[in-house]
Amino acid sequence: MKVLLDSLIELIRRTSAEIPDDVQKVILASLEREKQGSIAESALKIIEQNIELARRKSQPICQDTGSVLFYVDAPIGLDQVAFAETAREAVRAATAKGYLRQNSVDSLTGRNDGTNVGPGAPTLHFHQHRGEELRVRLMLKGGGCENVGAQYSLPNTKLKADRDLDGCRKVILDAVLQAQGKGCGPGVLGVCIGGDRATSYEHSKEQLLRKLDDTNPVPELDALERDVVKTANELGIGPMGFGGTTTLLGTKIGAINRVPASYFVSVSYMCWAFRRHGAVLAADGAISAWLY
Amino acid sequence: MTKLTLPFSEEKIRALKVGDAVEITGVVFTGRDAVHKYLFKGGELPPEVNLQDGIIYHCGPVVIKDEADRWKVVAAGPTTSIREEPYQGQIIGQFGLRAIIGKGGMGEGTLAACREHGCVYLHAIGGAAQVLAEKITAVRDVYLMEKFGSPEAIWELEVQDFPAVVTMDSHGNSLHREVLAASTAALQARV
Ligand code: SF4
Repeated sequence: MKVLLDSLIELIRRTSAEIPDDVQKVILASLEREKQGSIAESALKIIEQNIELARRKSQPICQDTGSVLFYVDAPIGLDQVAFAETAREAVRAATAKGYLRQNSVDSLTGRNDGTNVGPGAPTLHFHQHRGEELRVRLMLKGGGCENVGAQYSLPNTKLKADRDLDGCRKVILDAVLQAQGKGCGPGVLGVCIGGDRATSYEHSKEQLLRKLDDTNPVPELDALERDVVKTANELGIGPMGFGGTTTLLGTKIGAINRVPASYFVSVSYMCWAFRRHGAVLAADGAISAWLY
Repeated sequence: MTKLTLPFSEEKIRALKVGDAVEITGVVFTGRDAVHKYLFKGGELPPEVNLQDGIIYHCGPVVIKDEADRWKVVAAGPTTSIREEPYQGQIIGQFGLRAIIGKGGMGEGTLAACREHGCVYLHAIGGAAQVLAEKITAVRDVYLMEKFGSPEAIWELEVQDFPAVVTMDSHGNSLHREVLAASTAALQARV
């Protein structure tokens, strides 16, 4: 388990200190587009400097190192109990090394034991598959942006949103409007249409595991993703809510079945400090390839 | 871009307008939830802490001791300011603050106090923990540490060219209010 432990600690370090390439590319492209000398441009410049500095110093990009969420694609036969135990140990060790802030609080007593390990922390999602490969992805989800996430139940009278894709579009854009700059924008939306309340939110976060430059295989959803980004960037909210043309860096939308009585649209907002990485692990637990 | 050196005169602060980018140099004090509530309820400032013509920075820094037993700031980004809204207006008037640094903006009570007393709200870049920590050149001292713990204590920090944007000025203008109104109208035209 020592090899696996070291791999998971390295995964945490890298996730906390290094923005994935697909995200950084979009940040750089948006920096080009903002008006020269505008405060939006200067905000993005500071963001860009911060990304470089964190990578160079191998220190957290943002001091809020967020909720620690593991997504594990496991071959049949993986001992999930042992894996989870090693993941918790890795979180403890990464916290002691300063890759993670002491960031996990007992909800009843307010006590923070400084380990980032407790009920629900870290969170592990296992998905079994028939292949051989063990893949583990990690997302560090900050609190400020989590607070501006939203779930809508359609139809929504106030927003004139019916149970169709146009209704989905209306509520997704409403979430962007309500968030303004408060989620440390420019952000990325993960959206789920359908499901029960809990599954819907869970699925919306899993959308954030997709690379920003991928293409949604469902043409209607692909069109909606592009439309949401384009429209949001016309609203003039901008980085940090300072105004400007970069409000969203991307939007990823998935759909899952619902019961006839429910129609949920769940929106998870990820801040510019988009921390996710992933690795393929060899049989001995060593990292054999990076996923982003 | 406007360079500002502490302490600030009222005239200098009144000259700032919403949307101005500034860089701050001088001594600032941190204060967040516990400090604001404490001061609001009549708590006394330690005698060494002088906020007159100065700044409160909404920040809970990560500070460690280095090998030579000196304080060192590891991360020091702004925290969400709106939680201090119930207290901020009174504290601006009572202690003669000229600026608040934070993120996310504040409400009408703070805006009114900024107008009345000559104070501004400066928005720092949320999440830019590394860049902002580099702008802190020295930790001078810390106060109320036993009472409130490290992130909630009052840290006396020297900053050099600390970047921020005026998003609420002393003339009743708020960039947050403007952007909300404009983006609401823009969205209405697109749905
Ligand atoms: S929302 Fe993101 S960038 Fe902003 S403080 Fe939280 S984790 Fe950091």
